[in-house]
Amino acid sequence: MGISVEGASKRFGDFQALNDVSIDVPDGSLTALLGPSGSGKSTLLRAIAGLETLDTGKVVISGQEVSKTPPQKREVGFVFQHYAAFKHMTVFGNVGFGLKIRKWDKQKISDRVHELLQLVQLDGLADRYPDQLSGGQRQRMALARALAVEPQVLLLDEPFGALDARVRKDLRTWLRHLHDEMHVTTIFVTHDQEEAMDVAEQLVVMNEGRVEQSGSADDLYDHPANEFVMSFVGEVNQLGESYVRPHDMDVVLEPDDRTEEAMVQRIVALGFEIRIEFVLGDGTEVWAQLTRAELQKLELREGQIAYLRPSQTKSFNGDSPSGDRGASTPLGAQDGGDAERSAAV
Amino acid sequence: MSGTSTASRWGLRTLGLGYLLLLLLAPLVMIFYKAFEEGLAPPFEAITSADGLHALKLTLLMVVISVPLNTIFGVGCALLLVRHKWKGNGVIDAVINLPFAISPVVIGLSLYLLYGTDGWFGPALAEAGIKVLFSVPGMVLASIFVSLPFVVRETVPVLQEIGTEQEQAASTLGANAWQTFWRVTLPAIRWGVAYGVVLTTARVLGEFGAVTIVSGSITGETQTLPLFVEKQYANFNQAGAYGASILLAVLALATLLGMNLLKRKEDA
Repeated sequence: MGISVEGASKRFGDFQALNDVSIDVPDGSLTALLGPSGSGKSTLLRAIAGLETLDTGKVVISGQEVSKTPPQKREVGFVFQHYAAFKHMTVFGNVGFGLKIRKWDKQKISDRVHELLQLVQLDGLADRYPDQLSGGQRQRMALARALAVEPQVLLLDEPFGALDARVRKDLRTWLRHLHDEMHVTTIFVTHDQEEAMDVAEQLVVMNEGRVEQSGSADDLYDHPANEFVMSFVGEVNQLGESYVRPHDMDVVLEPDDRTEEAMVQRIVALGFEIRIEFVLGDGTEVWAQLTRAELQKLELREGQIAYLRPSQTKSFNGDSPSGDRGASTPLGAQDGGDAERSAAV
Repeated sequence: MSGTSTASRWGLRTLGLGYLLLLLLAPLVMIFYKAFEEGLAPPFEAITSADGLHALKLTLLMVVISVPLNTIFGVGCALLLVRHKWKGNGVIDAVINLPFAISPVVIGLSLYLLYGTDGWFGPALAEAGIKVLFSVPGMVLASIFVSLPFVVRETVPVLQEIGTEQEQAASTLGANAWQTFWRVTLPAIRWGVAYGVVLTTARVLGEFGAVTIVSGSITGETQTLPLFVEKQYANFNQAGAYGASILLAVLALATLLGMNLLKRKEDA
């Protein structure tokens, strides 16, 4: 069951927002649509909700094709980035809106609303108006409103995008727990790869209206299908044709035949993590991720010359967007041209 | 705040207030003064005369018919302009402004030509026994015409400002278009609409040019309050003219005040 989209395309004037997109979201799962702005992720989510009509393709929810069904009959809960709170209604009125439309009787509405307010920890704020709430509270109200009608699927469009970092992190964890309790099939859109990996079980990476790759966070990180996924999911340095994760960049003080000379340009301490920015002989800028202890052992200073040895690189053949899996190539296990090329970074 | 900016602020205030005082308030004060110059009785008698009361009733009738029609049309038209983008919108947008651009006298004349004995619709309507000119239907048409843009103009920017997300949220929560309009859209734009209604009412109350031409200004029959004022003044019954003027001003002020009270009650 769950949700599936088949061959979805959508064009806005000259802009191809979706280009033959197909995804499968298992029943009860929590899936993230991840991509830069303009990648089509929000359009896809809105098409599932019925807020956007597809030019071609179909949307299937719980085994039923709903491509032609208007949003009010799709039984989806939708949460907007900017809350879309009904400003003239109290929190109670907002959360109870869908139930009132469904003509529930007053007592039942009241019971259900209070149950939900408890769930989203807004108990006691039922009589407030949205402009008397903080951003995080408003978004929890919007979530309660979407959940009140017991939707088959829950769709969240950059739900934490308008919140500050601290609240965002709290709500993330909280959404994760909520999903564990409710098990409603959930899709959320985000451009933040850390958020996607933190919250979702399955990630769908989108770019320029297409799906680049989908899978678990580990899968995408360890076996990216192409350059785009590699650079979008996690940090990456590009060295000629190959790519290296900053934590796979060993920094040593003595050169050997697999190292490259580099000058330390800047050392950034981010708590436990240390980020060292280097510039290579040909002007390429790369960075390495070290722990504080590693840095202390190396005693590096800005302006100093050090040697870089990528312990693991990846290269992708051709430009095909949904192309072959990139070969995972631990350097030590390699020989011949590839090893030389990797070493000659 | 520095001294110069304080001085310039006071200068601007004085200028603004002085301008308003001279142009708006002074004439109004004069009317009040003149009306009651010889006591309360003369203006009161003029207003409560049979013709005066008839003019008042007719004016209120114009309001009661034109304002709701223009409100429904105005909100619908604003929804069309803002929510349903299509090529014809530019034309509609321009046409709606016509009553602002054209002199009311010209509007009156054009209605006269259209519904007169030689006009396009005149003969056919006359045959059906409907008299448009020199009677209430023509006056209603004129009132609607001149006051048509207000609700549209006041509602369009508010609709644009609230955006579509609340409406989309309502639709995902199961509300159909009708329910979404009544429960979400209308409450969100209500003050824009209300302001449009107040302006429409004021315009209909005070309309003179277009109504004069289509009504013929027959005392006791097709005379609204503004026409009554003019007739009284022309007949050298100045107290009557001023009395009716004050009544008009009070009606318009009451509309404005009513809206403000409603708004304050809600904000409290």
